[in-house]
Amino acid sequence: MSPTLAAIFAPGFFTSAPVAIAASVGAVAAIVGGVVGVFTVIRGQSFAGEALGDIGTTGGSGAFLLGAGALWGFGVAAVAAVSVMELIGIQRPRGRDLATGIVLGAGLGLAALFLYLDTVYHNTTGATFTIIFGSLFAITSSSIPLVLAFSAVALGLIAALYRPLLLSSISPELAAARGIPVRLVGAGYLLALAVAVALAAFTIGTILRSAGRGWPVSFFVVTLIFAGYLLAGLLRPRRRAPITSLPDPTAAPAQS
Amino acid sequence: MVNAWTVASVVAVVAGLVGFFVVLRGSAFVAHAIPNGSFAGAAGASLVGVFALLGALGIGLLGRRGRHDVATALMLVVMLGLGALFVSLNVEYAPEVYSLLFGEILGVSASQLVPTAVLAVLCVVVIALLYRPLMLSSLLPDVAEARGIATGRMELVFLAVVALATTMTVPVVGTLLIFSLMIGAPAAARSFTDEPTRALGLSVVIALLIVWAAIALSYQTNYPVGFFVGTISATSYALGRAWAAWKRTAKIAHQLVPEPASA
Repeated sequence: MSPTLAAIFAPGFFTSAPVAIAASVGAVAAIVGGVVGVFTVIRGQSFAGEALGDIGTTGGSGAFLLGAGALWGFGVAAVAAVSVMELIGIQRPRGRDLATGIVLGAGLGLAALFLYLDTVYHNTTGATFTIIFGSLFAITSSSIPLVLAFSAVALGLIAALYRPLLLSSISPELAAARGIPVRLVGAGYLLALAVAVALAAFTIGTILRSAGRGWPVSFFVVTLIFAGYLLAGLLRPRRRAPITSLPDPTAAPAQS
Repeated sequence: MVNAWTVASVVAVVAGLVGFFVVLRGSAFVAHAIPNGSFAGAAGASLVGVFALLGALGIGLLGRRGRHDVATALMLVVMLGLGALFVSLNVEYAPEVYSLLFGEILGVSASQLVPTAVLAVLCVVVIALLYRPLMLSSLLPDVAEARGIATGRMELVFLAVVALATTMTVPVVGTLLIFSLMIGAPAAARSFTDEPTRALGLSVVIALLIVWAAIALSYQTNYPVGFFVGTISATSYALGRAWAAWKRTAKIAHQLVPEPASA
């Protein structure tokens, strides 16, 4: 190892098996997150992503209560949440956040109940912390095929939906006029987003396991992302009208 | 129990008021991010206010006009990242997570009553002072701008009010309860009536009803308050939507019936 690398990384960093697992799972999660995230930003659905992650708590605690696998709980909760969000079915970006908020409030309410029942029936006070802060999803090298399958599902969904999704993200009216089932495409995209969020949760759990001491990895991840965002804002060429701030023709002043 | 009842009523009034503007402006994500981010950053209840205000300022300054979901998400993850750092530095904090997230309203002490009430009055006064420009800039931002209202500054002030409401409520009732109240009650109120002032009043009334029902049910069943607040809020919204849909079909039927008679 060269002296510069040795100065930055602790001894044994590259030979540690947990670090290798965390790095590979993290790389997969980063790729899926990058692909799905572009659409999240174009569609202005950051809140939906955050809500799906939080609703994972509901699934996780519910599965723990029933003794089922956390992943199953997460999957069921995510699909249910996506369906209800689409059922409320407000297409305006402003109203969409409202639908997300309603689902999130109800989901967290259920999570509160499940966590309470968990502590009552399983007599484990530590469960709350484990479920909320992600080590629930901690994995070993044997689960890497599962992670790969998950990411293949997410990337496959995006690839299958690519053109209609792009069109209906940028101009829902045009997409609807061309006969694209906008809401169905939106629901499919939300499912891909849920898988991406599950992967991220996996990664955080894995990283938490591998980094037993020292500052948490999530802190560095968000600091680097934030710095990158600020830097990109500074370097961004001045454009007159970025795609993301096109006036929304459906934004009626009165309510729906 | 009396303390819990009083604090919950105060919280419900503020949530109904502030939440009405949250829903009007489509800022549900902000109402989620500020309490959640501030709870994670607080290694003790005293830091909640600082985090809430910094988060609100960050969202306001980073967000571009009319769209700040990306800025909100970024501020949320930064605050959560700092929270993870603080938690890792201070292990004894773990049991407090549940109470900050889901609230322990039944364990409110008398000493928490006065600061909560003071902050609540402050919130209500700010909203009352800004009522007209805030309403205009929420409903018709372009018209407000044309009439000389600084909508950007109004946005910052509004975010600060959300942060203030958060500071007051999170240590007492938890992030989940305040978020459900801020979204569910006003959203239901807006389905029942289109007239803004009436909807605002209705929003406060619904928030009060939700909280009272939740506390009573929680006292009876011993299940967590947050569960009842979350589900009753969502149910009230569903009822509001059903009411709006029923009224719409009734209206259409009303319009359709006389037509064959006149033709």
